[in-house]
Amino acid sequence: MEEALVRAVLFGTPMLLASLGALLSERGGVVNLGVEGMMALSALAAFAAALEAGPVWGVLCGVGVGSLLGLFLGVFAVFLRANQFVAGLALAALGLGASGLLGKRYEGTPLPDPLPEGVLAGLALILALGLHLLLSRTRYGLYLRSVGENPKAADLFGVSVDGVRYLALALGGGMIGLAGAYLSLAYRPSWTDGMTSGLGWVAIALVILAGWQPLRAVLGAYFFGLLFFLQFRLQGSVPIPSEAFAAMPYLLVILVLALSGRARAPKALGQPFDRGR
Amino acid sequence: MRWELDPSPSPWKVFLAYSLFVALALLLLGLLFRLYGVSPLKAYGLLLSPLGDSLGLAEVGRRTIPLLLIGAGLALAFRVGFFNIGAEGQLLMGAVGGTYVALFLPPGPWTLPLMFLLGGGLGAVWSGLAAWLRVRFGANEILTTLMQNYLVYYLVVYLVAGPWKGQMVFGFLYTDRFPPEAQLPRLGDTLVHWPTLLLGIAAALGLQLLLFRTPLGFEWRVLGENPEAARYLGLKGGRLILLAALLSGFLAGLAGVGEVAGIHLRLLEPAQISLGYGFTAILVAWLARGRPLWALFTAPLLGLILAGGDALKLALSMPFRVVDVVAGLLLLSLIGAEALSQRRLVWRR
Repeated sequence: MEEALVRAVLFGTPMLLASLGALLSERGGVVNLGVEGMMALSALAAFAAALEAGPVWGVLCGVGVGSLLGLFLGVFAVFLRANQFVAGLALAALGLGASGLLGKRYEGTPLPDPLPEGVLAGLALILALGLHLLLSRTRYGLYLRSVGENPKAADLFGVSVDGVRYLALALGGGMIGLAGAYLSLAYRPSWTDGMTSGLGWVAIALVILAGWQPLRAVLGAYFFGLLFFLQFRLQGSVPIPSEAFAAMPYLLVILVLALSGRARAPKALGQPFDRGR
Repeated sequence: MRWELDPSPSPWKVFLAYSLFVALALLLLGLLFRLYGVSPLKAYGLLLSPLGDSLGLAEVGRRTIPLLLIGAGLALAFRVGFFNIGAEGQLLMGAVGGTYVALFLPPGPWTLPLMFLLGGGLGAVWSGLAAWLRVRFGANEILTTLMQNYLVYYLVVYLVAGPWKGQMVFGFLYTDRFPPEAQLPRLGDTLVHWPTLLLGIAAALGLQLLLFRTPLGFEWRVLGENPEAARYLGLKGGRLILLAALLSGFLAGLAGVGEVAGIHLRLLEPAQISLGYGFTAILVAWLARGRPLWALFTAPLLGLILAGGDALKLALSMPFRVVDVVAGLLLLSLIGAEALSQRRLVWRR
């Protein structure tokens, strides 16, 4: 029982970190569908840096690459006001492809000194609490929420809509990068192509399930983590093909989307802001 | 200084914006090639190498077939506002349906038509499910169709490793070979299964007519451009979306039948059936700008990229993922250029 709970938290941590990152920018009105690719590329960057310079540099590098990719999405979603959904999907493909290409030389190399999972799991929990306080108690949180609900009004009050959104994408990207670093430095200390295995997509669904609330994302991520644990545990001991277990997280995302489809999203989610219009 | 909307950009400016972004994409791609350890020029040469000989052109042709079928359907679906990202899974469903007819029903002259019918039907069911979830429960179809891709992926893996695994194959994960009645004719020695190509051309023409020359097409266009207006006009949005989704899924299913009946002649592991046609077709449709007919031109273009990616894989043993990089960069540069050309800097407050 205790083991189940511990594993649930450890499985849930990458989903939690990634969904916190997506949640942050979505509260500011920017959809991020690039999570899967951002995670993959920052997992690779973290792994490469950890091999060269040690695990601390690995974490920093993963977070940094995640932030940069967040800003890269910002160039399209905020500066150019392009279609956010398409830009995110393209970023997902680009990140998955580039990490597969650049990571080929690291395949099969073990990491000599992996990070303890527990430390990062604790950090994720603190980040969730911090994000909750940031959103509910600080001036920036107020700006972010107003930009996500009604950018026109926020603009009239002198809030820099674009600035708030860039910051949200950079901070959120950093959290997504940390999720990637957790995968390649702690959870499975290695690099393999496709090691994100759909967790980024689960994280996006988790944001919706959590109703855009960081603390609820914690519960959701651990719940998904528990299901992943049960999947591994039951595999082989019941007469159900292993493919059915492997498909389960994706089925789960569909169910979640159907059950919470009409949850109240930030009003300006996915809409580019234009002062003239 | 202000950065604002330019409602009517000059053609010159549009051209400049597209050139800028394509140049940036090529630069970034070249950088990735360099980091991977190959000369960018050599890699670009290989990417375009299929244009050099008839064998290469046939490779482009065979990849154009699924891209055309799926791309024409997606151009319609995107136009109506149904963002079907699940063509990959709908294609695989089509392959499953076609394989069932080929292997488990008595063969005869009806086999091929029945394969296309069941394959297309299963593809339509699969996309229709996502449309229903959106209309009925408000579930975002981008995510549901994407998740459905993974579900069929595992279904196909299960089938070829388990109940449908061939009697004649031992260590391999695929079904028995299709009987001759279930094999599509090809052009000469190439892998161009021309009946499916004809279906693709017919689909592009048919959907274009449907969309621009019929009352249904008019309702689709209104719904896609302005859902509010569509509601005031009393259009049944849910039904319109469902219909567009069913059509695009049906066409993706046909593409799946074409791949198994025209090229592989058996069902095998999903990654070998499709090479990401469903994703690449998103680009075909995006480039076609909501006009199914334009897929006739954009599908061969992306077919070239897929064939070129294969050349890179063979010559430099590069992971096939390189195609994702090219597709992602191309998509980003397209939406970037489109957005940039619609903006201008104004030097006053």
